[in-house]
Amino acid sequence: MIDMLDSFRATVERATRDQTPLQIVGSGSKHWYGEAPQGELLDTRGHAGIVAYDPAELVITARCGTPLADIEATLAEQGQMLAFEPPHFGPAATLGGCVAAGLSGPRRQAAGALRDFILGVQLLDGQGRVLNFGGQVMKNVAGYDVARLLPGSLGTLGLILEVSLKVLPKPFAEATLRFELSEAEALTRLNQWGGQPLPISASTWQDGVLYLRLSGAEAAVAGACGKLGGERIADADCAVLWQGLREQTAPFFAGRAESAPLWRLALPSTAQPVALPGAQLIEWGGGQRWWRSDAPAEQIRALAERLGGHATLWRGGDRSVGVFAPLAAPLMQIQRRLKATFDPAGVFNPGRLYPAL
Amino acid sequence: MTETATLPATERQRRAELVQQLRAAFVGCQFLFETEDTVAYECDGLAAYRQLPLGVALPETEAQVQHILRVCTELKVPVVPRGAGTCLSGGALPIEDGIVLSLAKFKHIVELNPLGRTATVQPGVRNLAISEAAAPYGLYYAPDPSSQIACTIGGNVAENSGGVHCLKYGLTVNNILKVRAVTMDGEIVEFGSLAPDAPGLDLLGVFIGSEGMFAVVTEVVVKLVPKPQCAQVIMASFDDVVRGGEAVAAIIAAGIIPAGLEMMDGPATRAVEEFVHAGYDLSAAAILLCEADGTLEEVAEEIARTIAVLEASGATRIQVSQSEAERLMFWSGRKNAFPAAGRLSPDYYCMDGTIPRRHIGTLLGRIAEMERQYALRCINVFHAGDGNMHPLILFNGNDADEWHRAELFGADILETCVELGGTITGEHGVGVEKINSMCVQFSPEERDAFFAVKHAFDPFGLLNNDKAIPTRARCAEYGKLHVHHGQLPHPDLPRF
Repeated sequence: MIDMLDSFRATVERATRDQTPLQIVGSGSKHWYGEAPQGELLDTRGHAGIVAYDPAELVITARCGTPLADIEATLAEQGQMLAFEPPHFGPAATLGGCVAAGLSGPRRQAAGALRDFILGVQLLDGQGRVLNFGGQVMKNVAGYDVARLLPGSLGTLGLILEVSLKVLPKPFAEATLRFELSEAEALTRLNQWGGQPLPISASTWQDGVLYLRLSGAEAAVAGACGKLGGERIADADCAVLWQGLREQTAPFFAGRAESAPLWRLALPSTAQPVALPGAQLIEWGGGQRWWRSDAPAEQIRALAERLGGHATLWRGGDRSVGVFAPLAAPLMQIQRRLKATFDPAGVFNPGRLYPAL
Repeated sequence: MTETATLPATERQRRAELVQQLRAAFVGCQFLFETEDTVAYECDGLAAYRQLPLGVALPETEAQVQHILRVCTELKVPVVPRGAGTCLSGGALPIEDGIVLSLAKFKHIVELNPLGRTATVQPGVRNLAISEAAAPYGLYYAPDPSSQIACTIGGNVAENSGGVHCLKYGLTVNNILKVRAVTMDGEIVEFGSLAPDAPGLDLLGVFIGSEGMFAVVTEVVVKLVPKPQCAQVIMASFDDVVRGGEAVAAIIAAGIIPAGLEMMDGPATRAVEEFVHAGYDLSAAAILLCEADGTLEEVAEEIARTIAVLEASGATRIQVSQSEAERLMFWSGRKNAFPAAGRLSPDYYCMDGTIPRRHIGTLLGRIAEMERQYALRCINVFHAGDGNMHPLILFNGNDADEWHRAELFGADILETCVELGGTITGEHGVGVEKINSMCVQFSPEERDAFFAVKHAFDPFGLLNNDKAIPTRARCAEYGKLHVHHGQLPHPDLPRF
């Protein structure tokens, strides 16, 4: 493995000295996510490789430039997986980009988000210091849990050099069921099922059809299929369905690129059906609701906030309204102080998360 | 062991004046300042460290918390938040010139939403009380630290508490959706949300486990999960501790995530058997308890799979609980390991390191050597599934040298955990207890970063200071006395 640390450090120290922004990039698969990237490119892909992986420890440690596909293939050989089912959004997506973006896929509602699986991080900060937070063990409360600040930080706190993630065994069995239900009925059922010991691992609703994925012990999946009813769909179709949602290659996401902007509404799963002009796709048991809508940003944001959540301008639209929902003043102040801690000169992906960070 | 030193008259006068100022400012809120009242707050679960606070404030409303914190910021009085005081690392130890802010009166369950599977509770609500309130809906709050009958959710948030079921159900950080808190300047902040995530940096993630040093929690929204239909536990004996450790690895490598996976060594087994009479295998060098939960079919499938792995791993005896009563009996010894240790010895010192599972055997071997070196006994119980060890060092607290040796023994175990790729605390927190060991686990730059993170939340530096993160000066001092790889500072001196 080639160690790029010295070269990274030289670049960062120079950028900090000259106060010139750096744009941290892996394969660039998520360049469209967040506010517009700016600054000199810092390519992480040379710093790659799996540093440690012992299936019996349920932990994998790898460098930032490691392709996500390599990590998933290595885990699959041992019957394990990244349980948060991260979207790749490109064939060469890297681990560093995955963590910095902090996105999770269909299994998030059952297994938890990326941030739930972060055990440790090695970070290169704005002063060129290599800092290790967390570690390679499941239970660790020594020092503040700084590693959990990094998922979703979009590279604004520093260059993620190495990450340790908790991994899980792949389920022994999986099945997908199809139901014809209205939006309101689907949301009610999803929440009711969520309170029962059922092995539901993913769900999606669109245009009167709900798909439910079950994962777990063979007996549990078979038992739940019997109990829930619905129509069981062929295994090959399941793979296409959930993969299409994870990668957003499904027609709802891919087919209307030039149409209305795509909004992501993160809401409490029990939030009432959202009424907006446009088309909707629901995931995560009602917690994640995608809208293709031309409605004004203020209307969408106000609606999401009233329902107890927030709205992100995912793709397209007028980005001047801000990609992420605005923060309350005291929270923004804390985040600015954290940014100043790790990146005093403000060189790492400035403005990618919020203009002020 | 610290005791409040006798203060000079001028110092007593200054403190009395400060107390008067606080009493006047806290009007309408209960404030204890007589020693006979404040003495109950001089320590938490780590009773070896004691300190009387200036006073103890017991607010009942969030507005009172805001007011207290504003007053303390203005008067530069340090504040130590406190829940039930069950912390095992001195996280709620008072600061000499500061007050204790008890959240004991914040004990209401504000809302229970069975459909949304959330409970909104005040920080003084006990961990177990949440599960009891949720039980009629077939739901419960998953993290179950062994003190769950007494410890509060506010304290759990501060410590990122664990428990027996973490491997499958996660820690506190994985089961909290939102925290409402007040910062030292009296501002209300909300971290997280009822939605799957919140915009911006994940402040909730770093707040949980911050040992009460960032802000004072006034409300918590926890996630509730469906109660498994049934649970069954396997009790397996091994004639060798290392083989038991290998069986743990084999279970996990076979794709099984047990609801609980616990181990006790031979001496611990004998100690608890004498206490609970559960019929433990006294000839075993190690006992493994492995629990499966879920639907009836699921449990049957997992138990069969686990037994096959245990047999292949050389278990000498395997028993499966056949009833709920038997399941609880199998667990009774493990759950009573601490009181059982209390019967073996006047005092015991509970450690809390975590190591990669593959090193369990190595660590136990090293601990056996240390028993000889420090001339103290140690029994071992641990959350084997996540490598979280709880060695219990037996000592007599009335013998100052024994306590001193116990502390050195403990620090030696923790440093061995770091050396094996683990951590000095898995779930009890650093507090004041393990603050020196932090010097071993983290570099000066990393500790500086921790101080800066603390500053981002508490720029006044008044909230539960001098815990969790050691200063550079402190680490330099500790370095001089450092006990390294079992070398006592003066190995030539006789110790017993």
